[in-house]
Amino acid sequence: MADTRQLYQEVILDHNKKPRNWGVLEDATHKAEGHNPLCGDHIKLTLRLAGDKVDAINVQGESCAICKASASMMTTVVKGRTQQDAEQLVQEFRNMATGKLDHESKPHHLGRLTVFSGVRDLPARVKCAILPWHTLRAAFNAVASTTTEAEEDPMHAPIGGA
Amino acid sequence: MNAVHGVLTTRRDGALDVERIRGDFPVLRLRVNGKPLVFLDNAASSQMPQAVMDRWLKYQTTQHANIHRAVHYLSETATAEYEGARRKLQAFINARDEREVVFTSGTTDAINLVAHGYGRKFIGPGDEIVLTHLEHHSNIVPWQMLAQEKGAAIRVVPINDRGEVLLEEYRKLLNPHTKLVGLTHVSNALGTVNPVREMIAAAHEKGVPVLVDGAQAVPHMKVDVQDLDCDFYAFSGHKMFGPTGIGVLYGKMGWLEKMQPFKGGGDMILSVTFEKTTYNTVPYKFEAGTPPIAAAIGLGAAVDYVNGIGMDRIHAHETDLLDHATQEVNRLAGVRIIGMAEKKAAVLSFVVDGVHPHDVGTLLNEEGIAVRTGHHCAQPVMQRFGIPATSRASFAFYNTMAEVDALVAGIRKVQKLFG
Repeated sequence: MADTRQLYQEVILDHNKKPRNWGVLEDATHKAEGHNPLCGDHIKLTLRLAGDKVDAINVQGESCAICKASASMMTTVVKGRTQQDAEQLVQEFRNMATGKLDHESKPHHLGRLTVFSGVRDLPARVKCAILPWHTLRAAFNAVASTTTEAEEDPMHAPIGGA
Repeated sequence: MNAVHGVLTTRRDGALDVERIRGDFPVLRLRVNGKPLVFLDNAASSQMPQAVMDRWLKYQTTQHANIHRAVHYLSETATAEYEGARRKLQAFINARDEREVVFTSGTTDAINLVAHGYGRKFIGPGDEIVLTHLEHHSNIVPWQMLAQEKGAAIRVVPINDRGEVLLEEYRKLLNPHTKLVGLTHVSNALGTVNPVREMIAAAHEKGVPVLVDGAQAVPHMKVDVQDLDCDFYAFSGHKMFGPTGIGVLYGKMGWLEKMQPFKGGGDMILSVTFEKTTYNTVPYKFEAGTPPIAAAIGLGAAVDYVNGIGMDRIHAHETDLLDHATQEVNRLAGVRIIGMAEKKAAVLSFVVDGVHPHDVGTLLNEEGIAVRTGHHCAQPVMQRFGIPATSRASFAFYNTMAEVDALVAGIRKVQKLFG
């Protein structure tokens, strides 16, 4: 549990206070809402794909610091990347947060997102950190296919809609 | 010997000897994150004294067999102990008759029993069920399910900004279509103590029976079902220092006799053929299958334990804790107490400006302090106050003033971090 304090470090507190790319895109090509019924976290994600690249991405909602900071940092990292790269990050972030990826010994592309690694010791907060990422995947998939992954998703986070 | 007698738990000045009482609760010696555990999540589930654990062990070691079945020694002993526990519960809530105490798996189960046993028989299309805005989901959802099935309607008694029911509005909601009033004795989310006696009398004037959700009341105050004159009273063992998996539905004999069984099975019958079953008498017709015998006997031991301390003394100590906590938290700039009813049980719900309750909870845990964060299974209450969640400190008689101070210091630390 020594990681709790590490989790609430400056970068997370800063993104919580001043979330980046906060708002709703008027000309979004993809959107989804993420909801965590356990704690009431609720976020709206809108993004614009230009070709296969994320040209713009916004998040807005009500949530705890972990979820808000995760969403904010996600937007800064995903912006300018291809959908494929972003989806790879979703998987890696999820694996890190659930303890399936040892970010210190295994290769990954998470960079500074490893500040969230401490949530793996806080089972009740894993969902907070993952919610924005699941919502991102739901936004992509709502167009890529007609089904969302909500049903098979153990975190039952995203409610997709395009 | 355990400090279960009033003489041992009382200081010379008449106040509670909390330190001595804490010695009866092994879990309170735990350290969490290197700090002494400060357990302030009693409204969700309370801790168990050694005496209850010992009773459970004694039963399991020397008295267990199935009840109401065989003629052998153990079965007769188990039956006697189980029925003895029923009489302890009867005395605890001052029911007229021990048969008015039905063992259930908890409050939720007890309310569902009334929804099926009373509701499905006596509530029909166009009928109305009156609930307060303070109800826990367990006193909302069973009635919604019933209303959907029967074409009945739910009517909600509004509350004011302090978290108190509006009695005039309540009276207006009672009409010839009203078939049941369901109200919580104490709000789990806000701590409001409802004027249940007055509300029951108002319902009875219109001939409407009343179910009281007493889960949050029995650990904190003396409850007398005859004085309240409620038709049904539901509560859980694990919120009053007993085991999980056991609870009580008190029902007036007249209603219990008229009600249909909820679950079918063994022990709830007098005779069975493939053509017809004759049901057992009250309360057995509601206790199908083998009940949690050890848990029921454990709950009886929990009753003995709190009686040994005295409900009046418990209430007085908890009132001191709540007053102190309210005063100290009110002093913190940027912290708002949700629920400021004039009459409250020892529950303090609060929100910290700019900090989500889940972050508050995680950071307080870092200090060894256990509070509940979230909607407390009372989402309508959260909606009424326009907030997604609160942090909730809920006290028991084993909590101390020093623990209240630790909570306040913890909140200050959270505020500093989020500064």
